[in-house]
Amino acid sequence: MKNLYCLFFLLPLCVFSQEKITGHITEKINKEEVPLSGANVYWLNTQVGTVTDFDGNFEISYKPEYKKLIISFVGYKTDTISVNSPKRITRSLTSTANLDEVTVNMRQKASSRSFLQSQNVLNVSSGELLKAACCNLAESFETNPSIDVNFADAISGTRQIKMLGLTSPYILITTENVPSIRGASQAYGLSFIPGTWVESIQISKGAGSVVNGYESIAGQINAELQKPMMDNKLFVNAYGSGNGRFELNTHLNTKVSERWSTGLYIHGNMRETEFDKNNDSFLDAPLMQQINMMNRWQYTDTENGYVGFFNVRYLNDEKQTGQTFFNPDKDRGTTNAWGSEIKTQRLDVSGKFGFVNPEIPWRTGGLQLAYSHHNQESYFGLNDYNIQHNSLYANLLYNSIISDSRHKIKTGLSATYDGYDELVLSENFSRVENSIGAFFEYNFDNLGDLNFSAGIRADVHNTLGTFLTPRFHLRYSPWDKSAFRISAGRGKRSANIFAENQSLFASSRNLNIFGSGGKIYGLDPEIAWNYGISFMQGFNIFSRKADITVDFYRTDFVNQIVVDWENPQQINFYNLEGESFSNNFQAEFNYNPFAHFDMRLAYKFYNVETTYLSGKKQTPLTPNHRLFANASYETHQTAKGGNWKFDATFNYVGEQRFASSEGYLNTIGLSEFSPSVSTLNAQITKVFSPNFEIYVGGENITNVKQQNPIVGSDNPFGTTFDTTYVYGPIFGSSYYAGLRYRIN
Amino acid sequence: MKSIIAILGIFLIGATGFAQNKNAKASIKVDGVCAMCKERIEKASIHAKGVKMATWDVNTHQLDLIYNEGKTDLTKIQQSIADSGHDTQDIKAKDEVYEIIDPCCKYRDQQVIDDHKDD
Repeated sequence: MKNLYCLFFLLPLCVFSQEKITGHITEKINKEEVPLSGANVYWLNTQVGTVTDFDGNFEISYKPEYKKLIISFVGYKTDTISVNSPKRITRSLTSTANLDEVTVNMRQKASSRSFLQSQNVLNVSSGELLKAACCNLAESFETNPSIDVNFADAISGTRQIKMLGLTSPYILITTENVPSIRGASQAYGLSFIPGTWVESIQISKGAGSVVNGYESIAGQINAELQKPMMDNKLFVNAYGSGNGRFELNTHLNTKVSERWSTGLYIHGNMRETEFDKNNDSFLDAPLMQQINMMNRWQYTDTENGYVGFFNVRYLNDEKQTGQTFFNPDKDRGTTNAWGSEIKTQRLDVSGKFGFVNPEIPWRTGGLQLAYSHHNQESYFGLNDYNIQHNSLYANLLYNSIISDSRHKIKTGLSATYDGYDELVLSENFSRVENSIGAFFEYNFDNLGDLNFSAGIRADVHNTLGTFLTPRFHLRYSPWDKSAFRISAGRGKRSANIFAENQSLFASSRNLNIFGSGGKIYGLDPEIAWNYGISFMQGFNIFSRKADITVDFYRTDFVNQIVVDWENPQQINFYNLEGESFSNNFQAEFNYNPFAHFDMRLAYKFYNVETTYLSGKKQTPLTPNHRLFANASYETHQTAKGGNWKFDATFNYVGEQRFASSEGYLNTIGLSEFSPSVSTLNAQITKVFSPNFEIYVGGENITNVKQQNPIVGSDNPFGTTFDTTYVYGPIFGSSYYAGLRYRIN
Repeated sequence: MKSIIAILGIFLIGATGFAQNKNAKASIKVDGVCAMCKERIEKASIHAKGVKMATWDVNTHQLDLIYNEGKTDLTKIQQSIADSGHDTQDIKAKDEVYEIIDPCCKYRDQQVIDDHKDD
């Protein structure tokens, strides 16, 4: 009886006591056991792990429920040890150099859609990003059918992206889930994120999650950046193009201590050669130079479940465009020559801290903090435009479950501050926006054919007011390899009318705001609802994998700031009176007809209409039809890891309506609709080894060009001058070559 | 003496009360062969009252559980899994339940096990 009492006393004590196991890991070199430092030691299916020290010793906490200890190290065979009692462990790892060659038959697809997520998300891996070798985030969407890439105007060389037929201000663009391309950086921000910095991209169509804010309307694009712990120790990418553009990217990553890693990422690009192939006296592509530097720190403590990132980024970007004989020092502010300079400086500081409870894996928390200072000074002919934007963002997030892991919740608080100072022509605008909000999202997953997430957030905003943002996503799989999805949600934002439409300054148009006493330039907030439905089915054709996705999205604006280009002498901004919507249908087919060959075909239909003062019209420069095709092929890898990669992308853009009346368009040599445009890009990569590869490619190989992209180029200070009637490529074909070198 | 026992008794109730871990962890062996089995096993586990998280590994056949000791115990959880057709380390599924699971999940059949080797 006495013994039994003792046992009862001991039992609860056992639960609380912490035991540790020690051990020693070695490797065999010339028949001698040598300590192996830096090997990973962790318990199977837990977050508990450690790394061996310089002498190959380790210490790890032990619990009776931990059964299998894993010891792994790059270049060595992973070892699993069954542990039944806490005793000292000694092991010798075998180098994989001595192992038989292992062939892996499954390749990870470069971009993929999940059958299981409730949102319609396309994940674009770094492999896909390499298909278009150049150069920044804007261009990395060119091999992707969900995002359309257009030229913003005829002079700045900037690409503008669209989703569901709506321009980028309606897309929430985040880097590592922190809203990043917004406000002042809306027009050129995508070109401020170098392509090599991006590790992967997630594109979600339709209403996003409430966690990242209320601004997303058409969808969300998230770019994950390279992580110092995972990225190569050294990475160098050099690129040169026949269109005069040169780029250099360098990544340096190093492990500072057991828990800290740091990376330095340096990007530079420039174009110093002047091109005027169409002899309109204007540069076909701007002269430019950019220096972009980022330092990242990554902290990982798997034993206690802490992770963190700390980033500092500085950017200096200068562009000069206009007439070839324009000299900024002499001709600025005169009508001697038309020219433009855009100078941007930007500083970003951000931090991210996460906590995963190692004992209770569903209980996680995170805090994101970001500060940015953006300063753009620019002029377009005689029009001055400067903008300064200071932004603060804070988001506190907590994840847990209700009763069991089928019911997950996310909740948290967020706060934002945005201060804008603008000089538009000769008028000053200044605005401060701040908000505080709370969100709650419930996810249900029956671990089989159904899951959904329902989220709501409430925000108090000084210019947008106090409002609720509901978002809903559901996925149902009626049969094998299928996913049926629906989504609905509301978005609200303030339109930065000048920053978002900077191409208006490169025209002779007069600027008008027909405000009604609203708080944002006298205008009201933009509000829209987005509804989506999609179906995806995977199947096999001749026993090779294929899948087809069809989706339909509708965006209905409750209020929109209408950007009215219809009068060729004016640009007018006003609150929507009447209907404005976007309907988008997309069908996408992916097929892997034989080993190492992937193809993707997509058809997209757009019907985007807005009620202008002059009536309801199709939005200008938005085609009804688009076709997309991509084919990629890789040869078999040699023993050294070398191979060839071939990639080709075809785009067809149907005819697009120009703003203005047909009568006026005829006087400037255009008709009501643009011709359709087909372009072809191709790239060949020769991989010599995992360390070194070179690539060559061609953009717009069939040399399609828009003739006379600048209206009134012979008299740039006259009344018809306009650079915004752009529907196709200006430069024609160009060829490029580059190399990538990496040491792991 | 009686009072000492009483005090001890009260102390014991308190101690055992604390010992009932709301997030108890356990790993048990459950037989199965494929992703469909995984879905069935995890579903059966989580449907058992008090189970908060269940993850089954196709390769190791190990089911990692986190459950509330106050509401359930390993026997009850294993019974729920066995009722879905999967043998656990302590409870064997009844033949009539095993018979109705999907043909590709017949983990007792050597032929089926071999078919899944390359998965």
